[in-house]
Amino acid sequence: MNSPDPSTRIRRNIGDLLFFNLTRAFAAFTLLLLAGIIVSLGIGSWESISKFGVGFLWSQQWNPPMDDFGALIPIYGTIVTSLIALVIAVPVSFGIALFLTELSPVWLRRPLGTAIELLAAIPSIVYGMWGLLVFAPLFAQYVQPFLAATIGQIPFIGALFSGPPLGIGLLTAGIILAIMIIPFIASVMRDVFAVTPDMLKESAYGVGGTTWEVVWNVVLPYTKVGVIGGIMLGLGRALGETMAVTFVIGNTNLISGISLYAPGNSITSTLANEFGEATPGLYTGALIELGLILFLITLTVLVFSKLLLMRLARKEGSQA
Amino acid sequence: MKLLTRRKLTNHLALALSMAAMSFGLFWLIWILWTTFDLGVAGLSLDLFTKMTPPPGSSGGLLNAIVGSAIMVGLATLLGTPIGIFTGIYLAEYGRHTWLGKSTRFFNDILLSAPSIVIGLFVYAIYVAKVGKFSGFSGVLALALIVIPVVVSTTENMLRLVPNSLREAAFALGAPKRLVIMKVTLRASVAGVITGVLLAVARIAGETAPLLFTALSNQFWSLDLNEPMANLPVTIFKFAMSPFTDWQQLAWAGVFLITLGVLGLNIATRILFRQKHKL
Amino acid sequence: MNMNDMNEAICDVAAAPLETQIEFRDFDFHYGKFHALKNINLPIYRKNVTAFIGPSGCGKSTLLRTMNRMYDLYPEQKATGELLLDGKNLLGRDVDLNTLRAKVGMVFQKPTPFPMSIFENIAFGIRLHERLSKSAVEERVEWALRKAALWDEVKDILNRSGMSISGGQQQRLCIARAVAVKPEVLLLDEPTSALDPISTMRIEELIDELKGEFTIAIVTHNMQQAARISDFTAYMYLGEMIEFGVTDQVFIKPQKKQTEDYITGRFG
Repeated sequence: MNSPDPSTRIRRNIGDLLFFNLTRAFAAFTLLLLAGIIVSLGIGSWESISKFGVGFLWSQQWNPPMDDFGALIPIYGTIVTSLIALVIAVPVSFGIALFLTELSPVWLRRPLGTAIELLAAIPSIVYGMWGLLVFAPLFAQYVQPFLAATIGQIPFIGALFSGPPLGIGLLTAGIILAIMIIPFIASVMRDVFAVTPDMLKESAYGVGGTTWEVVWNVVLPYTKVGVIGGIMLGLGRALGETMAVTFVIGNTNLISGISLYAPGNSITSTLANEFGEATPGLYTGALIELGLILFLITLTVLVFSKLLLMRLARKEGSQA
Repeated sequence: MKLLTRRKLTNHLALALSMAAMSFGLFWLIWILWTTFDLGVAGLSLDLFTKMTPPPGSSGGLLNAIVGSAIMVGLATLLGTPIGIFTGIYLAEYGRHTWLGKSTRFFNDILLSAPSIVIGLFVYAIYVAKVGKFSGFSGVLALALIVIPVVVSTTENMLRLVPNSLREAAFALGAPKRLVIMKVTLRASVAGVITGVLLAVARIAGETAPLLFTALSNQFWSLDLNEPMANLPVTIFKFAMSPFTDWQQLAWAGVFLITLGVLGLNIATRILFRQKHKL
Repeated sequence: MNMNDMNEAICDVAAAPLETQIEFRDFDFHYGKFHALKNINLPIYRKNVTAFIGPSGCGKSTLLRTMNRMYDLYPEQKATGELLLDGKNLLGRDVDLNTLRAKVGMVFQKPTPFPMSIFENIAFGIRLHERLSKSAVEERVEWALRKAALWDEVKDILNRSGMSISGGQQQRLCIARAVAVKPEVLLLDEPTSALDPISTMRIEELIDELKGEFTIAIVTHNMQQAARISDFTAYMYLGEMIEFGVTDQVFIKPQKKQTEDYITGRFG
């Protein structure tokens, strides 16, 4: 046993201290990035914020030559397309998660689960391009006239499905977004369904419940919080998605009625289309302010989703 | 027994709908992949890899875009990976219960799903606007900011999977903490960390939005990181939105390459990870 | 009976003169609010095997893990009192843990091979504490593997992963890894509980060979094992040291009723 001399010992401790502080510095850096994003967007859009004030949020104007800007149209586009996406994606994702956890033969679970996850990995530009060049023409030719002739005839709701079938527009963007976020929501739902203790499910089956009754009355209430968290995660994706929307939303700064067939603009598509050509000053500032608004909306949604998922994890932890 | 019949009917209906949902999901996957494959393969040629992006109406390839993308993705990975790994180490080994650890973990998760276009705006605001021009380097920065949260969260999760007994065994030999981490725990989770890095590469390879106002694009051959740099996603965006058929064809070929690369990386990481963990 | 009387009594029975290497004096241990070890007084003799027995949760593993201050990894765990190694208190803040752990090695319940080659597993610990030439490291690795009776089985596969060998071999690898640092004390925390009977037998033989050179403290839930391999036995219950003495005496003629009940299987 040769004990190291004091200098080795000190060097060792200094080494540990250095390493610890190195990792801590990187962690602090990562944390600062987020704060940095908000601050820098705030600074970048200051000109626009101070000129238009809160009114920016509900002004319909978007007039670069006149230097008059308002965020209503892009916000409307973002929210409408995201809502359409959720309406389609939530039930489908639930069905997929149900299939993967309860119905699928065991040998199929992994490949199907993988396929759904791969769908999530495909870059959004692929969805966008496919949506514009393949989906939109077919949609305009077959689906839109059909919807207009059926749902379009119902009072009130019908107005949503009226107007010329252009193929591109809010509805198309919403559908493409739905296809994009289905895999996200479905994988979260599958994962949270899997945390339901087997004993709980077995007891429900034990009293004679059918698969559907067990899922609807036991699994879903048990995982409710996580399911909502997953939906919020999908919503976060939809709100911030750029390429899939930009290709197919139509890029028009007009609200011409409530029809979903109408082309429009979302925050992200406005940024993608106009930022590169925007003149410095108010125009750029207004665009950055749009980005700031988008970031704050998604931040809220994501924080909410994260808190819900953490609550589920704690519940799971306390039962283990 | 009427009640039972109804319950069974509901059950069958629900299960049928669930299967329909599954088919619905797969339907899009297959359709999109098939189109990409069909139109992409048609656009494949040697020119694609040897010629520059053409002006409309003439033939060309995607060489400058492919190389530009490779450079930016490569540099962004090199830049983001160490930051991500060290942050992940802090979160798993030092900061599980500290204030800094908890807040970094929370915000990292948010950053993980933050809109990538906002990352582009951020880099524009802090770098491009200051320097006064679009550049390949700013594209690298934007992509690196997307790599970081992915690597942070996989590194942390993988380190947490390492059983405490292994850490204790290394401490019991008198190893200082940094060596326990670098030589034992990090090594035990190396497959997982590599998986995380590859997934990050797959993610940024197809990212378009953050490049729109950073790297922009470049129709010509340029390896200068201080100049706008050609890259596949933005080129595809420009070409696909154009009315020119030869541009659209190039866009399909580009999309095919990206999809192939991204899905290939994803599948490869799954195989790598599974094999390592069977050991 | 106080400590000194007990020591004298023990020295009378022991064959060779005894030297205390580690000593617990009025030692207490807390996990958060839980009082896990209560007023422990106990000597551990140099180059002898001391076994700790008792029902699960009695604190025997906890006691073992104080001797290399493993509990330092967990902020909510705290030790008070005195714990002397060669007369020097181990609980002080100024104690260098890395050096302490080089002197007091440990082997765990389940084999814990590091994710590296067999050779590197052993060289890892050596290189931490000594700066040796390549050939000296190789020599030491061979020496340690021979000590752990593993050399013949692995000498041709030193570059294979430490995780590729059988569980029994892995555990001997871990013993070799601990021995390679040349500690004075070896702490074995139920080292055979995850192993089959044949591997267990080999490890017991190994402990018998190692005790000439190392002070060994072993926790075991297997009373026969304690009786077979140890020189001294401590019986613990609910965090208290109930009885400590020469193994044969503890097993043949326990002083306390509680010990007798446990050993004869009436309890536990």
